Amino acid sequence: MTRKAAIVGGNRIPFARSNKKYARASNQDMLTATIDGLVARHGLAGEQVGEVVAGAVLKHARDFNLTREAVLGSQLSPATPAYDVQQACGTGLEAAVLVANKIALGQIESGIAGGTDTTSDAPLAVNDDLRKVLIAANAAKTLPDRLKLLARIRPGQLVPDQPRNVEPRTGLSMGEHAAITAKEWEISREAQDELAVASHHNLAAAYDRGFFDDLVTPFLGLTRDDNLRPDSTVEKLSTLKPVFGRGEGATMTAANSTPLTDGASAVLLASDEWAAEHKLPVWAHLVDAQTAAVDYVHGGEGLLMAPAYAMPVMLARNGLTLQDFDLYEIHEAFASTVLSTMKAWEDPGFCKEKLGLDAPLGSIDRSKLNVNGSSLAAGHPFAATGGRIVASLAKMLHEAGPGKRGLISICAAGGQGVVAILES
Amino acid sequence: MSDWYRDFANSGIGSTITKQLGLPRPVRLRRYTPGQPLLDGPALVGSAGDGRLRAEVESVLKEDGVTVLSPVTADGERGAKVAAVVLDATGVTTPADLAAAHDFLAPAVKRLGTNGRVVVLGEVPGEAPSPALAAARQALDGLVRSLAKELRAGATANLVYVPAGAEASVPGPLRFFLSGRSAYVDGQTVTLSAADVPTGDGGTTPLAGKVAVVTGAARGIGASIAEVLGRDGAHVVAVDVPAAGQALAEVANRIGGTALQLDITAPDAAARLVEHVVERHGGVDVVVHNAGITRDKLLVNMDAARWNSVLAVNLQAQLDMTQALLDADGALRPGARVVAVSSQSGIAGNRGQTNYSASKAGVIGMVRSWAAEFASRGATINAVAPGFIVTEMTAKMPFGTREVGARLNSLQQGGLPVDVAEAIAWLAQPASAGVNGQVLRVCGQNLLGA
Repeated sequence: MTRKAAIVGGNRIPFARSNKKYARASNQDMLTATIDGLVARHGLAGEQVGEVVAGAVLKHARDFNLTREAVLGSQLSPATPAYDVQQACGTGLEAAVLVANKIALGQIESGIAGGTDTTSDAPLAVNDDLRKVLIAANAAKTLPDRLKLLARIRPGQLVPDQPRNVEPRTGLSMGEHAAITAKEWEISREAQDELAVASHHNLAAAYDRGFFDDLVTPFLGLTRDDNLRPDSTVEKLSTLKPVFGRGEGATMTAANSTPLTDGASAVLLASDEWAAEHKLPVWAHLVDAQTAAVDYVHGGEGLLMAPAYAMPVMLARNGLTLQDFDLYEIHEAFASTVLSTMKAWEDPGFCKEKLGLDAPLGSIDRSKLNVNGSSLAAGHPFAATGGRIVASLAKMLHEAGPGKRGLISICAAGGQGVVAILES
Repeated sequence: MSDWYRDFANSGIGSTITKQLGLPRPVRLRRYTPGQPLLDGPALVGSAGDGRLRAEVESVLKEDGVTVLSPVTADGERGAKVAAVVLDATGVTTPADLAAAHDFLAPAVKRLGTNGRVVVLGEVPGEAPSPALAAARQALDGLVRSLAKELRAGATANLVYVPAGAEASVPGPLRFFLSGRSAYVDGQTVTLSAADVPTGDGGTTPLAGKVAVVTGAARGIGASIAEVLGRDGAHVVAVDVPAAGQALAEVANRIGGTALQLDITAPDAAARLVEHVVERHGGVDVVVHNAGITRDKLLVNMDAARWNSVLAVNLQAQLDMTQALLDADGALRPGARVVAVSSQSGIAGNRGQTNYSASKAGVIGMVRSWAAEFASRGATINAVAPGFIVTEMTAKMPFGTREVGARLNSLQQGGLPVDVAEAIAWLAQPASAGVNGQVLRVCGQNLLGA
């Protein structure tokens, strides 16, 4: 017998554009501050939760035990176990699924799922050639041997390896991949800019009415996401030059793509009993989740299209249609990704040939999509996006009343995708 | 924050210099720490006329392990220092009776040690049936205020008016004015009322099991209030604007409380506060309206934004939240305590602060008006008016202004945020049930508005 895990709260720090406010903050700093904000909001200082699960996409070697170290630096009881996960941009949602599953199985009563990422404090690795020499020198038994090896070091080997925002197997950046998909699905520039503007307006309005008062805790002087442009308009965005894709058909600009961002998020999950004991209202339950992966290398599918494949599997398992939801959260890695995914679900050919469905999944009521803004406005610190979406959607469903359903769709590097259902 | 002048005046050479030059000689005040004895020495207890509270006073002192000396036995130990002098002046019925007060106090105060305490208990003048009686009772007020100004070395003098029927209300206030909790409360008068007062002082956690909301809790005096209420056993819901969330979370975590990010001037703020305390805590026992802002300008230069924002945060929000808590079933638990932070500026006025002073005087009007309704619910509402309190804000004042401001009081030093917090925590105690509709200044008997 299983039970559904409850989402009882969340916290994140405002997301900051790369090399701005959080330029000197590490992943561990941000994750610790985020956990502490969550602890303060829910009165958990000194308490032990069942497990803390989090991760980072860009991770230093020293952060091998990132989440546990963050827990030790936080106000949680040091007796709280933790482990790291990493599934690219799916990390945050996957962490929530993992915590929810252990709760569902009765293995833990409460848990925190989170994620953090910094592109400002990204790991620079020692040049691979240099690394090999140093390891050999370290293993050498005599001083002359060691000196001989060290003498082999050349200036070129002193240049560090920088992490690159590209797919290792294609050498293309995520934006370039998305541009291919956008072209394939004929996603117009106007449609992308409209989605981006809506994201900014929705997020700004949500801040203004205090929606984030119990979802965000300021950090290092930043009180709102600094990528947010409340006065954004389609006219303004139309003047920007495309940055991804080539030539006439290029539609993707810096405004309808997410910028590199720093930040962290966390979600508090629990059994209904634990929530009641702690007098914490249950916002929503995590009903189900599904991952999928596509062969973007040689399979002819777009890098970020995996959620399109995960969705019908999850819907069928739950006896639901794509239209049976009150709110939709589709991660805005790029405006074109959201639009391509929705177009694919509407397309009879794609649904039949790629998804093996008799009929298309159909369209989504756009007025229910990303109603409090998403990654285009807030920014997208890779591993932190899942936690941002889960907590926000759970709160929205709670506000809407009992029995409301929400759908989450997050694309990830490596041709992967995670989708999930929440219900209040 | 360190008080360099106080430390200098207490050093070897500084002591000599300040004494010879007749400069202020502030001492390090005896502040409360959990487990501290009520007094560090014996107490001299006497009466003027046929007082009715002496037995009550002596039993409180003995319960707390204080040696009680009477004027007669005191003569036998001439010269020995005492930690406190308590005068039961409820028997004063004519101006001539006041001589007895002088007869007791003069030799007794001579023996008062460093950080000594003088507490005078009297009858309420307003309830006197004759002018002579009222005059005699009111005279105590002038006596105590002047004595407070004469006392040195951290000693304080305060007056407690005890109407007939309010005898059971005496122990809490008496303990407060004798203890280190009232270190910076000097020259004040508190009028008690009859109430159902639980017995005992709650030991080191008088607020155990209580839920307390503190607004403006992210820093300064608010953070100190949250810490002291937490120390005294309360679960503190620390409230501040969302922008102050990081500091707020740190305060909440430090004291094992919870953080609630809320702009108290938002239209739905009161409703959200009520919903939060009911849902998360099953109601609230203690509400401290501490959040406040200043937007100083001379009246003639003040724009509407400055005026309106100060009134909205400092006064209207207090009114709205209190009303919402009163209206919602089960929001204010039985025996609730509301403490509103006023200010010396609300009593004395301050140049450039017409908006701030208006808001803080308004707070005083608010608690006095609400006192009767709160009493009918077995609850209380009071105001605390801080004087010169050393905070990050005063640290930014020009040196001269700050030093003068800090010395212009009977204790010759600025108070600390914890002094305000201790007064509030005392008012929040169950034992303070008989203190209602009062305005307590925490100002070291500041010369402004005294």
